[in-house]
Amino acid sequence: MKPFRKMLASVVLGLALAAPGAPLYAETPPNMLVIANRIDDITTLDPAESFEFAGSDVIRNIYGKLVNFDPMNLDAGYVPDLAESWTVSEDGRTITFKMREGVKFASGNPVRAEDAAWSLRRAVILSKTPSFILTQFGFTPENVEETITFDADANTVSITTDKRYATSFVLNCLTATIGAIIDKETVMANEVDGDMGNAWLKTNSAGSGAYTLVSWKPNESVTLKANPDFYLGKPAMDRVIVQHVAESATQRLMLERGDIDVARNLNPDDIAGLEGKDGIAIDSELRGRLMYISLNQKHPVLSKPQVRQAIKYLIDYQGMQDSFLKGQYVIHQNFLPATYLGAVDENPFSLDIERAKALLAEAGVSDLEITAGVREAQERLEIAQSLQNTFAQAGITLNLEVGTGKQILTRYRARELDMYIGAWGPDYPDPHTNAGTFAYNPDNSDEAQATGLLAWRNAWDTGGLTEKVAAAVVEPDREVRAQMYRDIQAEFRETSPFAIMFQKIEQIGRAENVQGLSLGGAITAVSYWTVTK
Amino acid sequence: MAIAEDNPGGRRRSPPLLRHLRKGAATIGAVLITMLGLLFVTFLIGRVMPVDPVLSVVGERASKEVYDDAFRAMGLDKPVLVQFAYYLRDVLHFDFGTSLLTARPVSEDIARVFPATFELATLGTLFGVVLGVPLGVIAAVRRGSWVDQSARVVALIGYSMPIFWLGLVGLLIFYGILGWVGGPRRLDIFYQDIVEPRTGLLLLDSALQGEWGVFRNAFSHIILPASILGYYSMAYISRMTRSFMLEQLGAEYVITARVKGLPERRVIWRHAFGNIKVQLITVIALSYANLLEGAVLTETIFSWPGIGSYITTALLSADMAAVLGGTIVVGLIFVLLNIFSDLLYKFLDPRAK
Amino acid sequence: MSRTSQDRQTWRQWLLTDTPTSRAHARAVAAYNGWLRLRANHMAMLGLYILLALLLVALLAPWLAPHDPLAQDLANRLQPLGTPGHPLGTDSLGRDILSRMIYGARITLYIVTLVALIAPIVGLLVGTVAGYAGGWTDAILMRVTDIFLAFPRLVLALAFVAALGTGIENAVLAISITAWPPYARIARAETLTFRNSDFIAAIRLQGARPLRIITRHIWPLCLSSLIIRVTLDMAGIILAAAGLGFLGLGAQPPSPEWGAMVAEGRKFILDHWWVSTMPGLAIFTVSLAFNLLGDGMRDVLDPREGKSG
Repeated sequence: MKPFRKMLASVVLGLALAAPGAPLYAETPPNMLVIANRIDDITTLDPAESFEFAGSDVIRNIYGKLVNFDPMNLDAGYVPDLAESWTVSEDGRTITFKMREGVKFASGNPVRAEDAAWSLRRAVILSKTPSFILTQFGFTPENVEETITFDADANTVSITTDKRYATSFVLNCLTATIGAIIDKETVMANEVDGDMGNAWLKTNSAGSGAYTLVSWKPNESVTLKANPDFYLGKPAMDRVIVQHVAESATQRLMLERGDIDVARNLNPDDIAGLEGKDGIAIDSELRGRLMYISLNQKHPVLSKPQVRQAIKYLIDYQGMQDSFLKGQYVIHQNFLPATYLGAVDENPFSLDIERAKALLAEAGVSDLEITAGVREAQERLEIAQSLQNTFAQAGITLNLEVGTGKQILTRYRARELDMYIGAWGPDYPDPHTNAGTFAYNPDNSDEAQATGLLAWRNAWDTGGLTEKVAAAVVEPDREVRAQMYRDIQAEFRETSPFAIMFQKIEQIGRAENVQGLSLGGAITAVSYWTVTK
Repeated sequence: MAIAEDNPGGRRRSPPLLRHLRKGAATIGAVLITMLGLLFVTFLIGRVMPVDPVLSVVGERASKEVYDDAFRAMGLDKPVLVQFAYYLRDVLHFDFGTSLLTARPVSEDIARVFPATFELATLGTLFGVVLGVPLGVIAAVRRGSWVDQSARVVALIGYSMPIFWLGLVGLLIFYGILGWVGGPRRLDIFYQDIVEPRTGLLLLDSALQGEWGVFRNAFSHIILPASILGYYSMAYISRMTRSFMLEQLGAEYVITARVKGLPERRVIWRHAFGNIKVQLITVIALSYANLLEGAVLTETIFSWPGIGSYITTALLSADMAAVLGGTIVVGLIFVLLNIFSDLLYKFLDPRAK
Repeated sequence: MSRTSQDRQTWRQWLLTDTPTSRAHARAVAAYNGWLRLRANHMAMLGLYILLALLLVALLAPWLAPHDPLAQDLANRLQPLGTPGHPLGTDSLGRDILSRMIYGARITLYIVTLVALIAPIVGLLVGTVAGYAGGWTDAILMRVTDIFLAFPRLVLALAFVAALGTGIENAVLAISITAWPPYARIARAETLTFRNSDFIAAIRLQGARPLRIITRHIWPLCLSSLIIRVTLDMAGIILAAAGLGFLGLGAQPPSPEWGAMVAEGRKFILDHWWVSTMPGLAIFTVSLAFNLLGDGMRDVLDPREGKSG
């Protein structure tokens, strides 16, 4: 029909006229770093409150801390940052930091001892989720005036803990996101209703780090601008833009097109597809996250020691590592991630159906049917289905309850799941971060509501490990302490209802001309200021 | 205004102005009731969901004290009806609360995400109508011909293809290999933050501000997702158009018109097509509303920051302030579109009087 | 239908007679005529054959499938098409895709049947009653419809699944609950156009009761639009079920639901396209069949279409 043809013709013509042609930029500008990452977990950029992966990535590049990690030499452990040196008192309870002279916040204000003390006090007073990292040393909103002090003339900050802890433990905790030093004057100018600037800092920055925050658009992007006065020198990248791209395939296409410099959420198959492509390099870095399964000790059968051990022999560690987890997870059966003080690399368990059957028979168990909670994420679902398969070979029926992260977590925290398939990432780079949750549970009663402790969530009383963990955390001698953790883990492997399976390896796709990007290893977050093109 | 209708019953009727006012008031009342019902059901959903909203605020590792503080601060210790009453009071003051996930006022979030969806859905529907209606008419007129058959095949394929698959393949071919279109998101990084958001519609804003580079870039980004949505909308609209047209073409009056020797074009477009307009508008409005509600999967594939993914993310995290706010907006649009098509019905369709 | 009449004529003659002997006979004649017209439509028959094949595959799944649909073989994951023993390749856990698709046919049939039963009937009921009754009934029913229609679908579906618990039956229910309002609106719009028509007025004058008018005279008239809509919606329904499965609220792994298989395989779309394409093709084929058949049936069922070719 004619009218149709006319219409069609005008549409085609219209499209042709408006057709954009090839995009102008086949690669990103030389002074700009563009990263694709999942950043939908960011809910705040206030260091006293932020507790997610993507948030700590941003905050690490905006704020300095008293002690910090050198991205180019992570193995060195904590090194001076805004504090240039520190001393420990005789009784081991007070650490005094000497502040670095002449460092300025991005606002132009000097970084004073007062700012440092105020930042730590603020985190304690606000008592947001990560505050336990500081309050475990006995700081409370009531006593911070006495326990965290500063001397303006000497330009020093002192913190006094409630008892003697390993100094390395305290300092490691200060490298966590919550240890960020904030510009007091700028933040207090934006205080609303006595919130110590919490609302303002959610979407603004007031640090002395390499970058300042230009904008955070939720589920869209985070844009950072170089801080020209950064005390280690202005970073090479003027702008860093982190874009939220959820799909691995999409990230890969954008990287291949040159629209981004780095893709951070590529699955093993897309990594394999990128391998050998011109101008693209693949980096692998061991991270601190562990993949584990746990058994609820309220379950009458799962609480039998033989059943717990049998399950550990019903996991196809090798098969999973070599197939769908290839390159992104490595077998690791201990609760301290590799590279941590006291970490061990003994992985005694492997798939052994006969042995598992024997253990189950010994416990008098047959026809066991359990339900596992697992969140909707590709690798976890694949692990779950592999477990279904191997469990079935020993006569255990595994049903899956799949849901969003928060749904499953709600059930897990309420001690309602028979079994949980999940991941755990350390909160700060000290062995206590994991020991204190996997093997520490002072009150196993329902009323205790110690929902932050994995041992409590699985209703496991730890069989005496709680005391050993408490002893290890106050042991001042580094080598003795490391040995204590090795011993705890040896016992944990044999007695706990946890089967630790894998440690995460982060694989990124990177444009070859981008150099010097450190993801932070197992101990910290990403650093952009060392990047060059 | 063509409301000078006859009055066969001869009953005394109130003056036209008063009648209009009454009708208008009734319509507004209906909208309000619908919205209230919508809000209440959504609110209940938030309470039924097996997700703990406090977790979204404090994270999974919070201590009991932190958790309890947040629980109280969110008013969750009060009865549901009291919470709903508080919420309504705030909404009446145009305060939709603060999103847990984005830490911003919900109204601000929606002002940001809705235009993105609006732009995409409008363009998609435009494609769907411009291609689907003529295709449907021709398919009906030439029933059984190759045009009909190919229109059918095209529509059926569109209807049967998983949209995320089509989206990914489209991205792979047109963006990854050919480089004809822009990638995911609304703009290349280089073009971001150039145009000041006035309406939030990038194409409109950039055109108004004379930033043609931005316009071209935005167009290159929107064209692929809009075409894919347009394809689906076209498939639906063309099938419905064909079906409506077939009905008309079989009717007595068309045969009479043909017998009278009226030109075929006139019979088809003036008579038959004229009679299906109303049904067609209902269909288009439905399809448009569906796209506006947010093509969640398309938005995911193309990293499109629209309202569909906003509500879904919020829902899965039990961020109820955001869900309620988004639901109000989407719901209002639905209701308004319906009223609009009802009104058209009354004006255009003689049979409905 | 007496024995003697059957002796004298064949069944075929009996069914084709111009002079039915009873009401039931008349109906049988009409149905047979419809069937004949449908049979003449090759495309519709193709659709029907595909659906019959689907039914057969679903019934005979244990005998047709070359492998156990759940048997994993991690060493042989993501094998391409044409691999010996795995004609359609294997998925990310090394399971045979063909076997999974064959078993998936059962789930698909189950979903389709349930949703196709629930949603249109509810919609038809609400829409025609509202349209015919008018006034307050119309206002109230349409407000309820509006409330459901105005809901973002996923929110509503999620909520219902959340309340009822996960699983495929609840997913079906949730989809039906979100799917009925459009049917109601279409049915109402159709009813409005018929309500004041001469033939309905004539029936009313004969003293027919409203319920009878709705069920006997209005429903058949609305049926064609509804059938088109239902058949066109089928693929959408299957995909919606997959969408819920994707969020962990529909088919639970390792169930070989086609939509969930598409969602699972989409992660490998760039290098291992067949993993999501094969079940996608299955969905595509089935919905194509529904579309073809629905189209043909429309010609047959629609009372207004006798004359046109």
